[in-house]
Amino acid sequence: MGYVAVKGGTAAINESIKRLKYERLKKKEILDVKDIDGGMRGLIDQVMSESSLYSEELASTAIKQSEGNPEEAVFLLRAYRSTLPRKHYTRITSSGEMFVERRISASFKDIPGGQILGASYDYTHRLMDFDLIDEKRSDAVTWVEEFENEIIKTNDDTDLKNLPKVVDYLRKEGLIKNHPLNDEEPKDITKENLEFPTKRSERLQILTRGQTGAVTSLGYAALRAYGALHPTVGELRIGNLPLCIENPFDSEGSEDEYYIGDIKITEVECFMPTTVEKKRGQKEIEFEVGYGICYGQNETKAIAMSILDQCLEDKDKRYPTQDEEFVLLHIDCVESTGFISHLKLPHYVTFQSKLDSVRKTRKGGKEDEDKL
Amino acid sequence: MKINYNFAFFDEGSKREIRRASLKAVAIPGYQVPFASREMPIARGWGTGGLQLTLSLIGKNDTLKVIDQGSDESVNAVNIKKLIEKTTGVSVTDETDNASIIQSRHRIPEVPLRDNQILVLQVPIPEPLRAVEPSEYETKKLHAENEYSGAYLMLFEQIIKYGNMSTGADHPVSVHDRYVMAPSPIPRFDNPKMNYSKALILLGAGREKKIYAVPPYTKVQSLDFDDFPFEAESFEDKKCRLCGATGVFMDELADGKTGEVYYQCNDSSYCLSRLNNIAGHEAVKNGGI
Repeated sequence: MGYVAVKGGTAAINESIKRLKYERLKKKEILDVKDIDGGMRGLIDQVMSESSLYSEELASTAIKQSEGNPEEAVFLLRAYRSTLPRKHYTRITSSGEMFVERRISASFKDIPGGQILGASYDYTHRLMDFDLIDEKRSDAVTWVEEFENEIIKTNDDTDLKNLPKVVDYLRKEGLIKNHPLNDEEPKDITKENLEFPTKRSERLQILTRGQTGAVTSLGYAALRAYGALHPTVGELRIGNLPLCIENPFDSEGSEDEYYIGDIKITEVECFMPTTVEKKRGQKEIEFEVGYGICYGQNETKAIAMSILDQCLEDKDKRYPTQDEEFVLLHIDCVESTGFISHLKLPHYVTFQSKLDSVRKTRKGGKEDEDKL
Repeated sequence: MKINYNFAFFDEGSKREIRRASLKAVAIPGYQVPFASREMPIARGWGTGGLQLTLSLIGKNDTLKVIDQGSDESVNAVNIKKLIEKTTGVSVTDETDNASIIQSRHRIPEVPLRDNQILVLQVPIPEPLRAVEPSEYETKKLHAENEYSGAYLMLFEQIIKYGNMSTGADHPVSVHDRYVMAPSPIPRFDNPKMNYSKALILLGAGREKKIYAVPPYTKVQSLDFDDFPFEAESFEDKKCRLCGATGVFMDELADGKTGEVYYQCNDSSYCLSRLNNIAGHEAVKNGGI
């Protein structure tokens, strides 16, 4: 079926869709959603984070449908998300209650509670493991059983649900300004359009669902030359955070709440030294805190987010990374890929119109030259 | 978790929110009403603004027409139509006359619209001042202060540079003598069709999260100068190779073999109905039917 000029034709489109299905199935192997759920934790976390939808099962299905293309998977989940009514907002949660799996500080060696390395690629060599080609399920099961037995034997009395925060230590020392708690209800950016200047709650929402690559590159740009001084990771923690909603049958303001489950998150607090001017031109250095948080284990993104958060607080017009319109309007995965990809649509009418005026300007230009 | 989709895709709350923004847009002609644009199953920049408007408005008794680049058969039009059909079950048509809602990318149909029709336009860049002012915060102020010298200056600079206004599609218009509006990327040729249009025109920009409107019978004027009047694309001496129509927006095509340039109606449904009529007349003339 030919694809003639602008008219794709229903038949041609149907054939294209069939061809896509063929591409997914042609090797005659079916990927079980459970396989994705079990083995693609990194991709699932990234997709959930950019989709603002916390469901490993849905993310796995989207990854299967999109043949592992994260851009498409996020697209599918965001569109699905549009059909879900927002029934409840969770109560304000303190990340101090997180059940911690990994927690490191690049600022202090001896943080109270200690450094907990947890699972990380940071300490591995990036050498191809060719044994994985012949990995057997039975070996994997034995390994897991042995590993789980080992955990039970070790004895540690660290209270993982109640680890102190590094930032509190600096605050006590007076090295970080003690901001009053802002428990103002956040603006929901999926229900209200963004207006500039923005509130911090809006900025944090957009940063956290930003495209991993985009957030990382802008964070990198800020770190490299355009904005922030060298930040230090005060604390990076990964763990499960319990969420609660108000009792829906109870009157407002009641203490009663329902626990609805845990989400796994990555949280980063980074410190940036800034100069503050005191009385009579005296200058002092003080630390400011940048904050990053996202679904799943997404450490680079969370750190980049914390850098950008601080940049957007600073608002130094010299740097694009500190210009909130520049950063916030361009890091969304669905928006940027959508508009770029629309260039594949035919543009006959607009181009015909432009052609007409280009010709007219040429004619006009020539006549003007003749006049001279 | 695995629910079926709602009628017209969205939950009722979302549809109501979009309708509220549309009502505000109708009440303030040409003013860009911000709305919480949803993520859609088609890509941002492919008509999600128009689609959201259509889905929020459509009822079981509507008949829908979707145009892309003047054609009902083009890829994007077919896709959008399929999605709306799938989630609503409404009937679709190619004939402009039979449609109650017409969603379009780039064109206003050649057949004049009626007052019981709604035209939904898909808008990529709703801000008419974007070319002169990159900041959203600043353009909002300019609109509030009725400060449009930037738009005029842009046209003036084009005249100085090129001897003509060199806008392509999307030549800015003034609506109801108050707001300057981007008429979506419709060609200049279609701008005059908005002036005192009988049909309600709704414009939706999904990625930029704005809805605006031209209510029926509202003055819409393309920006220009006394000594440099607005000019639409000209197809004066051109004729459609298929149906012989003149005075409509034409596609410029080149014959693959001879390289000869020829013209054809851009509005494919208009061209088709003319062809059917001509065929009918000839059949009657020849004593057929």
